[in-house]
Amino acid sequence: MKKTHIVILVFIAISIAVLVSFMGDLSSYETIASAKQKDGRTVTIIAKLDNTKPIEYDPRTNPNYCSFHIVDTLGNQARVVYHFEKPFDMEKAEKIVLKGKMKADVFEITTKDGILIKCPSKYKDDPKAAQNNLSQN
Amino acid sequence: MDYIGEHLLPGKLGHFFIILSFVSSLVAAIAYFKSANASDISLAASWKKLGRVAFLLDGISVFSIFGLLLFIVYTHKFEYYYAWNHSSLSLSTKYLLSCIWEGQEGSFLLWTMWHAVLGGVLIRTSKQWEAPVLCVISVVQMCLATMVMGMYFFGVKVGSNPFLLVREFYAADNAPLFSRLDYLSLPQMQDGQGLNQTLQNYWMVIHPPILFLGFASTLVPFAFAISGLWKKNYGGWTKMALPWTLFSACLLGTGIIMGAAWAYESLTFGGYWAWDPVENASLVPWMVMIAGLHTMVIYNSTGHSLRATYLFMILSFILILYSTYLTRSGDLQDTSVHAFTSLGMNWQLRIFVIVFLLPSIFLYARRFKHIPFIAKEESTSSREFWMFIGSLVFFLSAVFILTATSLPVINKIFNTNFAIGSDPEFPYNRIQIFVALVIGILTAITQYLKYRDTSRKYFLKKITIPTIIAVLIAGLTTAFGNINYDKYGIGYLVAIHLALFAAFYTVVANFAYIWAGLNGKLKAAGASVAHFGFGLMLVGILVSSSKKSVLSYNTSGINLRFDPASKEKSQENITLIKNIQTDMGKYHATFLNSDSTNLAGNIIYFHINFKKKDSTDEFTLYPNLIRNTKGQENFSNNPDSKHYWNRDIFSYISYADNMDREADTTQFKSYPVNPNDTIFYSNGFMVLNKVIPNPETGKYRFTAADTALMADISVTTKEGLQYKAQPVFYVKNNQIKYIVDTVFAQNLAVGFSRIIDNKKIEIQVKESNRLVPFVALKVYEFPFINVLWIGTLFMITGFIMSIARRVQLNKSLRSAG
Repeated sequence: MKKTHIVILVFIAISIAVLVSFMGDLSSYETIASAKQKDGRTVTIIAKLDNTKPIEYDPRTNPNYCSFHIVDTLGNQARVVYHFEKPFDMEKAEKIVLKGKMKADVFEITTKDGILIKCPSKYKDDPKAAQNNLSQN
Repeated sequence: MDYIGEHLLPGKLGHFFIILSFVSSLVAAIAYFKSANASDISLAASWKKLGRVAFLLDGISVFSIFGLLLFIVYTHKFEYYYAWNHSSLSLSTKYLLSCIWEGQEGSFLLWTMWHAVLGGVLIRTSKQWEAPVLCVISVVQMCLATMVMGMYFFGVKVGSNPFLLVREFYAADNAPLFSRLDYLSLPQMQDGQGLNQTLQNYWMVIHPPILFLGFASTLVPFAFAISGLWKKNYGGWTKMALPWTLFSACLLGTGIIMGAAWAYESLTFGGYWAWDPVENASLVPWMVMIAGLHTMVIYNSTGHSLRATYLFMILSFILILYSTYLTRSGDLQDTSVHAFTSLGMNWQLRIFVIVFLLPSIFLYARRFKHIPFIAKEESTSSREFWMFIGSLVFFLSAVFILTATSLPVINKIFNTNFAIGSDPEFPYNRIQIFVALVIGILTAITQYLKYRDTSRKYFLKKITIPTIIAVLIAGLTTAFGNINYDKYGIGYLVAIHLALFAAFYTVVANFAYIWAGLNGKLKAAGASVAHFGFGLMLVGILVSSSKKSVLSYNTSGINLRFDPASKEKSQENITLIKNIQTDMGKYHATFLNSDSTNLAGNIIYFHINFKKKDSTDEFTLYPNLIRNTKGQENFSNNPDSKHYWNRDIFSYISYADNMDREADTTQFKSYPVNPNDTIFYSNGFMVLNKVIPNPETGKYRFTAADTALMADISVTTKEGLQYKAQPVFYVKNNQIKYIVDTVFAQNLAVGFSRIIDNKKIEIQVKESNRLVPFVALKVYEFPFINVLWIGTLFMITGFIMSIARRVQLNKSLRSAG
């Protein structure tokens, strides 16, 4: 066997090991209900902001604490605590992707990237907003 | 119906040219195919002639489409959806180009325009390869033309037409305004929706054209590789394709790093790279292109690695198509901050990938056995052996990034639900740190090896000094550099230091090689210069990332009502109340005002002063908020940085009370009080201790010559916290003046409004939740970020030197042969 072939085989073995460990560390998409089952494990939830409850963010007293409620497609609800600033335009988000841990019924997010706001305003054209503009007056 | 004021000619012309570009690229593809396969020379020549004409016509068409679109945007013809949705009257002229590539259609056009230009150069330069190479390019051009076609075939929408009118775009909604013939005179048609605020940045004028030139250029080596397989001239194209491959690696790399610079400057994730799928989507083809570049060099010098070269060149282009699908299909919506939303062309984009993936892999597999290779294996002391290892590592690293980026696609296909954990960067970084280590060392030593075989003595003699210097620099950095990024444990920290050594090794060894290996022949030093720059980039990346620190920790000691859980959490934002100097680590930070705006009035600048506590430095930053466009309310934040030669201080507004301003309707309430009287407010009470004439202590400096009275008031909250409030009443130039004092923690404003009689005074109290303007600010420090940018410049320079040299070598080769 050629040396190059040996090297390639070794690299393939390393790659597989790396991929397996990478896959092992992945989190999974959960609903609020199933996230509660996985208490204390990092999971990803896709949900909507619960607009019936206020977003609690008082930057004057603490700019690093934002709390809000979410509701998922199954209608389950949860309170979320995000230990960073309130993302811009959060109120208008049509969908929020959250990465964190459920702790005693509160979903805790401790990394800044733990929230991805699916907001039509960032980068994207919101056809609805534009359309609304159109039908004004 | 005849609508009033519509300019339909540009749209009709545009539509015509779209059809023409499709038809002419189809004709070019067929003609070049016939020419490539013709056995008769004169027949081949006449087909080639037709191909050229058709390709030229395609080029004219795509430039016309682009020109017409630009004309529509430039002259504000808001009856067109493209102008209406992507631009506005107030937009500065320099961003009008950005409007074109804000939309998917415009960026497709940009891409196809570059293909036309590159194809034109190839017609002039590629000699016997012209027919097959241009045939491949024409097929790609034809596919891209369908992307802007916007026609329905059997009920399936193919492409998205940039020349749609607003009323056509919303035709299905039956909006009432379009029943009026004069709808254009309505106010909502008088101005456009504007360009997305975050794209209003000079990098966004230059980054997309360069990146798309990079995208377009990957097609050239691909087309050569396919032609080689097709015409069974397996090794004949690599010399001619080498400058193109260098060009592609250079432009794609530059485009990517420009995007990183833009993200660093105008986004707020605090960095230049976030392993966002959109970033990865263009990084992966670049890495495969780099791997292919090196195997191509190996083949040109030794005859090894041709099969790998084919694979890498084919994959690089396919991956560009795949990245197009990833970023434009909307399938990344849950994982990326900045993927395009879907235009409803997902299947078209998938087919685009498959149309090139399957035939080229099939062709490669069928011809694989015929691709020449050298049976004798490479010596482990040869340059080609280690170059190949390096290419392989680079390729595998790209495969890993690709897999991780493709999780949403994997989920879709296999119905799984994998997601990256809460830290999106570490899963990548912990792998890439070892890739950096291996690549760094290989990049340092490989040039000192000779092709085929190197004597141990020669190698050791040349490599010893650079090695010692690199060990010294890395050792000193480890010892005194304070790189102690231990967030992920000691193992990762050790890996950082090892990778840092490898990076320094690359820098030193390549710098030295220009003298030791090339005797200072700068002409031939392109590779060393590029590798030197690459090493600097690695150093810059490693140091700036591992030493990046948050400066805006609240160290003021002001009593903030933290939630109990946040005690152990990072508190990266600091609240600055207007005109109050606040403790911030090594600095005192003061928010001075937010009075200034730009001319258009859509940007608010926050004037923030930073003073080093040891008063060795003082500077001002203007992080700003840009009002959102496209009918969105609110703002987007836009950071500001202070650049030092060795670090950047980077800051942005996390929150400002301007963002949701409501009028402060709370009124002052008056209380007549004697000393030792008590006034109650909602959250506690306050006691007037005494009235002090001409106070000289504390924050006031009155003298005996003044007429001033200060009320000394103790505020006690119901939690039992104590504050002081000291409003002043004074007379200056025969006018009565007041200094209202505020207790921010209690949202209290306290005034001393008049003297009622000898003892009694009037105190005014206001409780408001919008007392004083304030901002929540985030400040980062990036040490040695400039090393990354300087390294980039060196890498680009090295690429350009190499291109020039290879073009020259090819020319002299041709004139000699």
